[in-house]
Amino acid sequence: MGMRGNMERDSNILLEINHMRKGFDGLHVLKDISLSVREGEVISIIGPSGSGKSTLLRCATMLETMDGGELSYLGEKAAWEEDGRCVYAPKSKLKEIHKHFGLVFQNFNLFPHYSVLKNIIDAPVSVDKIPKKEATERAEKLLLQLGLADKADAYPYQLSGGQQQRVSIARALALQPKILFFDEPTSALDPELTGEVLKVIKQLASEHMTMIIVTHEMQFARELSDRIIFMEQGLIQAEGSPEEIFASDNERVREFIGKFQS
Amino acid sequence: MSVATMLMQLGKGMISTAEIFFLTLLFSLPLGLLVSFGRMSKNGLVRGISKFYISIMRGTPLMLQLLVVYFAPYYLFGLNLRGYRFPAIILAFSINYAAYFAEIYRGGIESMAVGQYEAAKVLGYNKVQTFFKIILPQVIKRILPSITNETITLVKDTSLAFVLAQAEMFTMAKQIAAKDTSMMPLMVAGLFYYVFNLLVAFVMERIEKSMSYYR
Ligand SMILES: Nc1ncnc2c1ncn2[C@@H]1O[C@H](COP(=O)(O)OP(=O)(O)OP(=O)(O)O)[C@@H](O)[C@H]1O
Ligand SMILES: [Mg+2]
Repeated sequence: MGMRGNMERDSNILLEINHMRKGFDGLHVLKDISLSVREGEVISIIGPSGSGKSTLLRCATMLETMDGGELSYLGEKAAWEEDGRCVYAPKSKLKEIHKHFGLVFQNFNLFPHYSVLKNIIDAPVSVDKIPKKEATERAEKLLLQLGLADKADAYPYQLSGGQQQRVSIARALALQPKILFFDEPTSALDPELTGEVLKVIKQLASEHMTMIIVTHEMQFARELSDRIIFMEQGLIQAEGSPEEIFASDNERVREFIGKFQS
Repeated sequence: MSVATMLMQLGKGMISTAEIFFLTLLFSLPLGLLVSFGRMSKNGLVRGISKFYISIMRGTPLMLQLLVVYFAPYYLFGLNLRGYRFPAIILAFSINYAAYFAEIYRGGIESMAVGQYEAAKVLGYNKVQTFFKIILPQVIKRILPSITNETITLVKDTSLAFVLAQAEMFTMAKQIAAKDTSMMPLMVAGLFYYVFNLLVAFVMERIEKSMSYYR
């Protein structure tokens, strides 16, 4: 697994979060989260329901505005703190920063009125202004890669959940993000369909895609991750290699992992 | 009056009715969208004004609105506008129907799952692209049955233009019926509205079908 030497530690940091805080009307959901992600790393985030995993991803992808702390991609600051208030970079800057990441949702959120192909090429064409022909070629390559070559003309409702999730992964990849977030990508799927999605994520890992995955699939996290983060009550309670986490002597971690192995 | 002259005159009324119908749709559908934006605005003042506008339009008789729109320039400003009758009718119908359409749009827009907006945002679509490419097409599919209802009502409501003595179908039919002391013109008018609405229903069904390729 990709444990890297200390020499590389500071180079190629794609994402850096410092002291991120976020609350919803008085409820402190993220208390003090710091995290940095290097190129090619695969990080799994585990933890009990309500611990703030989704909120962390939503703040990192700017679907939610944070209350305090710092967020930067590739050394470019997206948000920081000034006089105790969180300020975001100007719109044009954020637009640039947006191109660095993609997000795969638990319930896919495909566009139902677009065919599979259109779902994948529309953002590259209308947002990134890539020629349609080039975007289509790129999409067809992705579909082939994800085992969906025969589904280009289908509409989302005609696909199984697993296929829909693979399309949504292709849609995110079509914009060629540097870092891809997943929020429980298999939680909405029937058990027999999770395998095909996990396989795709593994394939991406073998191609050194940088990924941050919130998941309840412990075995998958263990096999795939360079690093596992255990969150609880808005804090990172433990962090380490899969070996370290699965052999942790932190009682909360052991209890949580134990639940999934019984 | 011969049957032929009667039909000739009713035919003129028919054209006027069709004009009111199409022009009203043409103006009220986009205007309704605008009003629905106002109704959902983050700005409290804009929201309040839109809400008030909708409640007046829906809470008072359309016939009264027609009279007010027509006579307001004279009574308020002493203006004697020539050829204002027909524009006044279109204006009154459009602002009235816009209010109904606004509420239909709002219902459709608010029923959209937030996930569609979020997916679009993460993919980098701006607000205008998100609305016109992702949200509106799905909203239209959802609200089409309600739009059909309003459209059918509009066909019949055009007859209210008789209060301004517009020579539309109903006015003509009433005139001829009184002159000839015959039910016939009214029956013909009834048949006309009915067939017009069959046509409307047919067209709307076709539009609905054209959007049934997805769920
Ligand atoms: N928009 C919101 N408004 C109010 N409270 C919220 C909102 N989003 C999340 N919360 C609250 O924040 C807390 C953390 O939620 P979050 O969804 O981040 O947890 P999670 O770790 O992803 O849980 P799960 O494993 O169930 O997905 C919960 O108590 C939740 O109710
Ligand atoms: Mg969650």
